[in-house]
Amino acid sequence: MAAAPAGRQIHAALAGVTRTYPGAPGNKPVHALGPVDLELWRGEFFAVVGPSGCGKSTLLEILAGIQQATAGTVTFEARPVAGEVPQGLGVVFQEDASFAWLTVWDNAAFGLRRSGTPEAEIRRRVDDSLAFMGLTDFARAYPAQLSGGMRQRVCIARTLVLKPRLILLDEPFGALDAQTRLLMGDELLRLWRRTGATVLLITHALDEAAMLSDRIGVMSARPGRFLDIVETGWPHERNSTIVGEARFGEITGRLWNHLRGESLKSLGYAGMTAE
Amino acid sequence: MNAIGWIRLAVIGAAVGALELASRSGLIDHRVVIAPSEMADALVRLLISGQANGQIALTFGIVIAAVLISVVVGFALGAAIHALPRVRQALEPLFATYYAVPIFIFYPVMIAIFGLSVIPILLMGVLTALVAMIIATLNGLDRIPRVLMKVARVHRMGRLQTALRVSLPAAAPDLFTGIKLAVSYAFIGVIASEFLLAPAGLGRIISDAYSDFDNRRMYALMLLLIVVATLVNMALHALDQRWAQRRGIVRP
Repeated sequence: MAAAPAGRQIHAALAGVTRTYPGAPGNKPVHALGPVDLELWRGEFFAVVGPSGCGKSTLLEILAGIQQATAGTVTFEARPVAGEVPQGLGVVFQEDASFAWLTVWDNAAFGLRRSGTPEAEIRRRVDDSLAFMGLTDFARAYPAQLSGGMRQRVCIARTLVLKPRLILLDEPFGALDAQTRLLMGDELLRLWRRTGATVLLITHALDEAAMLSDRIGVMSARPGRFLDIVETGWPHERNSTIVGEARFGEITGRLWNHLRGESLKSLGYAGMTAE
Repeated sequence: MNAIGWIRLAVIGAAVGALELASRSGLIDHRVVIAPSEMADALVRLLISGQANGQIALTFGIVIAAVLISVVVGFALGAAIHALPRVRQALEPLFATYYAVPIFIFYPVMIAIFGLSVIPILLMGVLTALVAMIIATLNGLDRIPRVLMKVARVHRMGRLQTALRVSLPAAAPDLFTGIKLAVSYAFIGVIASEFLLAPAGLGRIISDAYSDFDNRRMYALMLLLIVVATLVNMALHALDQRWAQRRGIVRP
């Protein structure tokens, strides 16, 4: 694991983290993850790629404090994460997590209302967040009246209003078509630049990881471990047009070289890895 | 009103019109079924006279009480059973067969225990409606997407906050279905019990009118029941449709 380069702070870290799930009666426990060591640098965009079932989402949930690690330590802003989601951390999930009974506006205001923020401040932050996510015209709509991509934007807006310093995204565009995913990627980059937050993105899409990230962690098949951390070297100001650059092809090629064998392993074709 | 609403109204209008015609023309013996217009006239006169108002208030009061008890107790039991998977496994087959048992066989037992009063009637209303609410609560809690529980954790919500602000609204469509069923079943349970044996109430005076060959009174009270039950169900249905539309749930 590379140490944080000069001038960069470690924002969150996992050290020797493992996760083992108890097996069903009569079955062995399932070793899902680790040991994993990872340091996220303040303000970076980090993506995690890996074969299906390698423990990517488990890693995210442990970092968020939603799940507890079986062993190892997790820290966020130098404080241990244990059993509770720390303040300053926002999570966007793959599934539609919008509240169907609330309007888009009320969805976005949900967290602020809970925290007792004054109404005028809620209005300002929600309006700003909806405008940023292009949802102003749909503020009074209900999630069921929106497309999948827009609903995901509602969830991002709900996270954004809380001004998280670390944003964890668990395959947020997994259910969207390729074009929408590229456009959502642009929005995500805009959001990242504007908030200055550290972003950890879990994705199965190599192109998405290569386009969005400063660094990409490549995980092995279960139990997931980091095989490589790829530095993309993209400039801070970037967008989806970089998919046309030669460097983009090199990065995705390098990721695929790592993942091909691991994906075959996870699918049970271990014998084909040498071919 | 949309086209479907007009079709529905036309079907009801045609059925009432056909009955009116059949009764007035003598196709149906007037001593057996009176014309709907006559039923309505008798009902208006009965309500104005105030003769049956006490009985009507009593019955609807018992129905409302039975609905409230069934909904509150049914929800509490459903939530408790949902939290105890082993208890649920043991009880679920019983719930599945509950409505296959004619619950009214217990009515004499209730009368033997509580006497000929409103209590056995109320209990029959509750017994008829309760399990529908328990089943609806179980279904509602089962269908809460797990991701919403994770969102609640991300927002650092406690158990009570999660229950009130996430679980309850997420389960609301199924809970509302339970309430709709509880209303219908409570109506049936209370009226049928009164009809069988009761010191007072709408079911009892319908039964008395039947025994006395007082067709006008009997049909007037039956019409009142049909109108009230239909209006209550229509109101609940409209509310359900409105909420379902917001949530993107397609209801027939």
